[in-house]
Amino acid sequence: MAETRRPKLAVWKFSSCDGCQLSLLDCELELLAVAEAVEIAYFLEATRTVGKGPYDLSLVEGSITTPHDVQRIGEVRRQSKLLVTIGACATAGGIQALRNFKDIKGFIDRVYAHPEYIEALATSTAIADHVTVDFELRGCPINKNQLLELLSALLNRRKPNIPTYAECIECKTRGTVCVMVAKGEPCLGPVVQAGCGNLCPAQGRGCYGCFGPLGNLPNTAALTAQFAAMGMDRRDIQRRFRSFNANAQAFRKESEAYDD
Amino acid sequence: MAPSIGAKVVLLREDLDRLIAELRERGYVVIGPTLGEGAILYEEVTSSGDLPAGWSDVAEAAAYRLQEGADRRLFGYSLAAQGWKRHLYPPRQRLFLAERAGRGFRLSSGEADGAPMALLGVRACELAAIQIQDRVFTKEGFTEPGYAGRRRAAFIVAVECGRAAATCFCASAGTGPAVGPGYDLLLNEMIDGDAHRFLATAGSDNGAAILGGLSCRPPTAAELSSAAAQPAAAAAQQQRRISADAAGVLTRAAESPHWEAVSKRCLTCGNCTMVCPTCFCTTVEDITDLSGDIAERWRQWDSCFTIDYSYIHGGSVRQSGAARYRQWITHKLASWHRQFGSSGCVGCGRCIAWCPVGIDITAELHALEQAEQVSKGGDNGAD
Repeated sequence: MAETRRPKLAVWKFSSCDGCQLSLLDCELELLAVAEAVEIAYFLEATRTVGKGPYDLSLVEGSITTPHDVQRIGEVRRQSKLLVTIGACATAGGIQALRNFKDIKGFIDRVYAHPEYIEALATSTAIADHVTVDFELRGCPINKNQLLELLSALLNRRKPNIPTYAECIECKTRGTVCVMVAKGEPCLGPVVQAGCGNLCPAQGRGCYGCFGPLGNLPNTAALTAQFAAMGMDRRDIQRRFRSFNANAQAFRKESEAYDD
Repeated sequence: MAPSIGAKVVLLREDLDRLIAELRERGYVVIGPTLGEGAILYEEVTSSGDLPAGWSDVAEAAAYRLQEGADRRLFGYSLAAQGWKRHLYPPRQRLFLAERAGRGFRLSSGEADGAPMALLGVRACELAAIQIQDRVFTKEGFTEPGYAGRRRAAFIVAVECGRAAATCFCASAGTGPAVGPGYDLLLNEMIDGDAHRFLATAGSDNGAAILGGLSCRPPTAAELSSAAAQPAAAAAQQQRRISADAAGVLTRAAESPHWEAVSKRCLTCGNCTMVCPTCFCTTVEDITDLSGDIAERWRQWDSCFTIDYSYIHGGSVRQSGAARYRQWITHKLASWHRQFGSSGCVGCGRCIAWCPVGIDITAELHALEQAEQVSKGGDNGAD
């Protein structure tokens, strides 16, 4: 394998906090192996040196929030053989998609001294709403083990083992006691895709839904009915679904059912 | 004279530490009930001090809470959050490792067998569940070597129930509360004033040998009858029951509109299958490192409630929650008979307590049965 050309990797940023890109740098020990296996051609967070496209694999972080983003993601797509979104912003619109439920003009007028300089779209949307996406890595932020798994799978031309089942299965396989049943703590786990590594439930907290909804239309209504039976009021129930993945279809629909 | 199978002796509270020490001396890792995360957990114990003295569990649909009991009973709870399955058939197991070697590769087998386990506190329903998994994993010609090895090496200390949780229905499932054969030792815990002791019964040569080493006195007639009354008391407390004709009801209910009604409530999260002591489904995944020089095959617990479980060319067969719930309960209570010669349900009630929305297998079966009665009644009316 040593003589074959290493695949070219590019990492792109749109509207985001950079946390998902950092997950790549966070690979630490494995980072050397990654750098050996691929040519990191474009990764501004790591180096100003820019290798020219086209790229074999583009990792795209962030959501589309400006007209410039729309134009730029098209260019990234044209330069990329495979395009993988990393994180809740790129995959669902991120926390900044809370604007989608309000009037953006009101925010701009309130925040900026010269709103006329601000060119922003009314919504924050996922990359897949604009270009074809080959794979989506969930999470806020992504899990570095999932990122490494995806890279290993692509390099070795096999199917990535990225589970699509509920977070509950991570709890049960790890041996975490269900916080909803044993503590009456509301938890999004049953309607959320696994992959975080069981972070919150393992600390006795309900799942916040960083990895977004289960792919196959989760039964969010049954879960919110249970939340209500546990004594949560409508506003709190709505807020559970209005966080990092607020604009993911299943979560948006459920939170809108709790509009008063 | 050394005790033989069926021999009964009395262990005092402090003798339990001698029993645990004896098992450890013989090389067993003793797994027993402990307190953790607001529940009883089966974890390694090294002395009776690790056991949940004085703690009991209160289980209802979608609720499980610990509470302090009236006495210092060590086995005063009904069930741990998860059963012994996670010890006998761990959630993730490496099946093999392959390393590139020149132009070929070198295979090494999965993982080394751990120390033999002594399972302390196995309930009647749990022993029945282990015996069901024995049939699943050691069915003629299809032996699962990891399970078979751990199971063969395991020493089982059963503890009979003197109370039942609200979710228990082993009496109607025919698996308890009296512990059936298959244990090495059976304990009945008895507290009478300050006297805290156990009636111990040897169920195997191995169990008899261990009891012999503890040199304890034989039981009195009062102790024997006190122990014998325990399962009846636990049975009398059971509020839930499962129909004797579960298999028939489900076989006839394949097209019932009730499945849609359940799916309105079902989260398809898979918790019921994870906590079920007989559910055995797994998936296999292959992983590699970045260089491709190392590849591993892992097996991990899966669930018929996941969308990928029924994925074949073209998509998943069971898309709807209705189809997945029907699959689970029908396999568990009906087609299991044809496959393994018994029901797959032992009546432990874990699927009821640990369902985040409290779907109750006995209630759903009852609803299907009622619907059948009503439709029969309707037919009669039309005649």
